[in-house]
Amino acid sequence: MSFQVIMTQLLSGLGRSIEIFLLTLLFSLPLGLLVAFGRMSRNRVVRGLVWVYISIMRGTPLMLQLLAVYFGPFYIAGMKLGSMWRFTAIIIAFSVNYAAYFAEIYRSGIESMPPGQYEAARILGYSKTSTFFRIIFPQVVKRILPSVTNEVITLVKDTSLAFSLAYAEMFTIAKQIAAKETSFMPFLAAALFYYIFNAIVAFGMERIEKAMDYYT
Amino acid sequence: MAILEMNHIRKAFGDLEVIRDISLKVDKGEVLSIIGPSGSGKSTMLRCATMLETIDSGEIRYLGERVAWAEPGGEKVYPKGDKLRQVCSCFGLVFQNFNLFPHYSVLKNITDPMVHNQKRPKSEAVQEAMDLLARMGLEDKAGSYPCQLSGGQSQRVAIARALALNPKILFFDEPTSALDPELTGEVLKVIRSLADLHIAMVIVTHEMNFAKGISDHVIFMDRGVVEVEGTPEEVFEADHERMQSFLGRLEH
Ligand SMILES: Nc1ncnc2c1ncn2[C@@H]1O[C@H](COP(=O)(O)OP(=O)(O)O)[C@@H](O)[C@H]1O
Ligand SMILES: [Mg+2]
Repeated sequence: MSFQVIMTQLLSGLGRSIEIFLLTLLFSLPLGLLVAFGRMSRNRVVRGLVWVYISIMRGTPLMLQLLAVYFGPFYIAGMKLGSMWRFTAIIIAFSVNYAAYFAEIYRSGIESMPPGQYEAARILGYSKTSTFFRIIFPQVVKRILPSVTNEVITLVKDTSLAFSLAYAEMFTIAKQIAAKETSFMPFLAAALFYYIFNAIVAFGMERIEKAMDYYT
Repeated sequence: MAILEMNHIRKAFGDLEVIRDISLKVDKGEVLSIIGPSGSGKSTMLRCATMLETIDSGEIRYLGERVAWAEPGGEKVYPKGDKLRQVCSCFGLVFQNFNLFPHYSVLKNITDPMVHNQKRPKSEAVQEAMDLLARMGLEDKAGSYPCQLSGGQSQRVAIARALALNPKILFFDEPTSALDPELTGEVLKVIRSLADLHIAMVIVTHEMNFAKGISDHVIFMDRGVVEVEGTPEEVFEADHERMQSFLGRLEH
């Protein structure tokens, strides 16, 4: 296999890794906010259930969660899901897992807001929803951005866990080529790609943090 | 008709009785100052009036209408949602620590509630906000962010933000206590200028000369009770031991 073929295959794998990455963020960031609300709910049952969910997501390996989502429907309900299911299962498992981490980040950010901001907003006539989305949330975003960046960078590397479902993302492909060619080179190349991918993500996050530097 | 009436208010935090049967009344254009040692319940009284705290007994009336009360059985009746916002629109509150919105510019701090909550046209809101800033001596700060302001400037923006909503009554909770001494003057001057607008004010303050000069009525509170009240002359001259020792302490 020529160098060029290896690179082409790895790059198509990288495309799938990026797809997992972007879709996971797209779903888990809003879902995490919803979960954070559940975690702070006044209803004890909701709060308790959400706590259990978060602790399972954080307390068990993501790889096991991937397997559980992928094989669960078959073993539990005997359902046979089509060929698209592999990818869907990956996105569900990643989103639900990352939502739990993001939820805890949102929660700590929301709880760190001084009560005076809510009180001022209330007296100025903001509804509860407006208070949250206009006054509180933008400030929370700024406060939690460093923690979010950490998770996002971890996610770049975690996309390689999709190999456990034999999904053809970059790491899976690197492993296949390495086995076929008995060469370590594909792993090095993959490592380099992950590194560059992460460097770009880190750069992007830094830009966002800078954009919010206009106030403290 | 009184703008604000609070009748037989009681408020406890757990076992701690903070307000014990206080009544007060503020008429149109009237300035009421509340003085007293720290911990006597002054802030709690303002927080009850602005419904940031719920009262345990008594009633609160704005413009004659009973808006919040506690039933004899102890049940608290408070407005919610749109009704709450309608009630809130008749008062403003200026906090000791300003509570400006740090992510909004000075101008947007003032205009956002006007546009978003009072549904006023943006151009009109901006015009009025600029006028208010000019009155506060801050026309050049419209584009600044709160973190770029001094304490005195922040407090003047907070006052402009409250005024912009055309409240019938403004509450001030120690508006100069968080400021360096050299900055209190500029804020007190602005508050004094509001008295000319005939807007009713309730001011909690430790600035006794200011209170003497601006108030129509003064209340001295201690341990959750109104100990002395009346015109500034009556109160500051009153032969009341705890108040005189409190005033004496402030002078040193
Ligand atoms: N949310 C609260 N929970 C418990 N105690 C409170 C709370 N707010 C105020 N207090 C207590 O009530 C008393 C009166 O406080 P406050 O109204 O702030 O007094 P002042 O403004 O006159 O200094 C103080 O003893 C204070 O510790
Ligand atoms: Mg106080």
